[in-house]
Amino acid sequence: MSPRTVEYLVSRSPELDDRGRPVRMPVLPPGMEPELHGEHMLINIGPQHPATHGVLRLVLELDGETIISCTPHIGYLHSSFEKLGEYRTWNQIIPLTDRMDYLAPLIYNCAYAMAVEKLMGIEVTERCKVVRVICMELDRVFSHLLWLGTTAIDIGAFTVFLWTFQERERIYDLHEDLTGARITTSATRIGGMMADLPAGWIETLRNFVDTVPATLDEVETLLTNNQIWIGRNKDIGIISGEDAINCGLSGPNLRASGVTYDLRRDRPYYDYETYDFDVVVGEHGDCYDRYLVRMEEMRQSLRILDQAIERLPGGPINVNDPRVILPGKTDAMTDMESMIHHFKVVMEGVKAEPGESWFSVESSKGELGMYVVSDGGSKPVRWRVRGPSFVNLSALPQMVEGRLLSDVIAVNASLDIVLGEIDR
Amino acid sequence: MSEKTFEGALDDLEAGTAAGSAEPARGGEAGDADAHPAVRALRERFGEAILAHTVMAGDEHVVHVRADRNVEILQFLRDDPAQRFDYLADVTAVDFGGDRPIEVVYQLWSIENRRALRVKAALRVDALEIDSVAALWKTANWLERETWDMFGIRFRGHPDHRRILMPEGYAEGFPLRKDFPLRGRFSRAEQTRRALSMTVEEHYSAEELAIVEEVKRDTSPADSGEGRPAS
Repeated sequence: MSPRTVEYLVSRSPELDDRGRPVRMPVLPPGMEPELHGEHMLINIGPQHPATHGVLRLVLELDGETIISCTPHIGYLHSSFEKLGEYRTWNQIIPLTDRMDYLAPLIYNCAYAMAVEKLMGIEVTERCKVVRVICMELDRVFSHLLWLGTTAIDIGAFTVFLWTFQERERIYDLHEDLTGARITTSATRIGGMMADLPAGWIETLRNFVDTVPATLDEVETLLTNNQIWIGRNKDIGIISGEDAINCGLSGPNLRASGVTYDLRRDRPYYDYETYDFDVVVGEHGDCYDRYLVRMEEMRQSLRILDQAIERLPGGPINVNDPRVILPGKTDAMTDMESMIHHFKVVMEGVKAEPGESWFSVESSKGELGMYVVSDGGSKPVRWRVRGPSFVNLSALPQMVEGRLLSDVIAVNASLDIVLGEIDR
Repeated sequence: MSEKTFEGALDDLEAGTAAGSAEPARGGEAGDADAHPAVRALRERFGEAILAHTVMAGDEHVVHVRADRNVEILQFLRDDPAQRFDYLADVTAVDFGGDRPIEVVYQLWSIENRRALRVKAALRVDALEIDSVAALWKTANWLERETWDMFGIRFRGHPDHRRILMPEGYAEGFPLRKDFPLRGRFSRAEQTRRALSMTVEEHYSAEELAIVEEVKRDTSPADSGEGRPAS
């Protein structure tokens, strides 16, 4: 897992400056530098702007085209999910989780269920573990594909968007077959899943895993050595590993800066340590490395999916724990005790012992932490979501200040934020 | 068992903050079995400032510290070569309702040692102030702003102490407090009235508004007939 050296192919015969580096901006002779230290200008980007990936507002103070300061304003999508959660039973919160990151809803479903299961001391079945790994890796690809398409559009490459959305459509179909919904999946339950995998689902998934690398290869031929792509991304939005840790970056953004921190490896859950995959690490911490890291992560996710499909065990998907799992429908309709049990679980909700737990998973955006506090009731005292995008976005000003206006779009796109989770 | 630990921890907290003094380490017995190396080091170094140590959900070590010494304790955890908790995953708060203290919760992770630690500082509801750790971790900047926005905990020395999710002029209070009703404090009619009477200008700084005025003047109908002045 050594840092990957990136070969930048800028052009076949680039014009070089005195230091032998390719010229990317016209160089003026000394003394001819235009005086730009005049009045500063404020520019407002968003909240309604396609390149802000949601309703994000950025206020930029410019000196010429150079950014002096950048102030993000968030909260336009605030839905108070955490407060709503305090008025809902443990299972009723699950639909709220996938509305945060609607680009990778299954990861949020799984992360929340895991945190509550940890609090309740429930160990899910082997089959459920593998199914959840499949769900999470599938949605990592799902989210990265969206990131790839929209980032390419931001930077001016339209074709990639169409190609990645074609592939995403197949994941939407997989979501629909699995959960009945395409975006708002709500697939997990405390102690297992809403339902077991439908017949033929694994075969469809297998087909997806086998064929999607061809699309990724095609995208790479379009972008990786593309001069415009490199010009817009290379050495833009650089953040060092030390700064990235201090800013709390996580996920691909942190790894692109050379920090080997991946929760799947460092704090393994669901037997991730038994899967064979590489933690992808960049070197320069710029937009281009973040692109390369995500491209490779998709391939690694496909590797994990491949192994998970191979090892998917049989057996029940839900735990055999009457505290959390409803009795079978036939039992509930014919057996008095089962009916009472059914009634209590539905009407009162599942109860958790007093205590608290913090569970963090590697979501497609970074470290997704779920913190649940219980006082023994069927509703949480506090349900906290540590959203990776929220923290990643807070590093944006540092990454763009001193750079050019056009870089803001590239850097913001490379951070891969989702406003639903930032505003919660 | 966990019920006991949790209730015990709460009692400790209340007693600890109310008395403002160190609580005999009841977490000591709990922690000795599989004491976390950081907890041992903290006890040695900060002694009475470490109020309790509990283990939650099997393997999660929680250290309750005195709220007035949070910065030096967190700085020690970050910088001590044996601890190296360099990654601040989260800053948030928990309100248990009633007059019970509100806890500020720091989730720490050491990338090098692959260890987690949760640090909690309890604040009395009538004295919701704690020192900011934004100087130690830039992460804390937005996370503390969010905690202020949602719980009304003031972070002393924070570089940019503003609301973050709610609008700056939000008058209904702090939404995640237990005494805040789900629908908000104002009636629906009042909320609508306020929403309708909001002026866009309130959300922009004086500088931004000055620019708008300038643009308006430059492009006013009087002189925009043919030669619109370049901005």
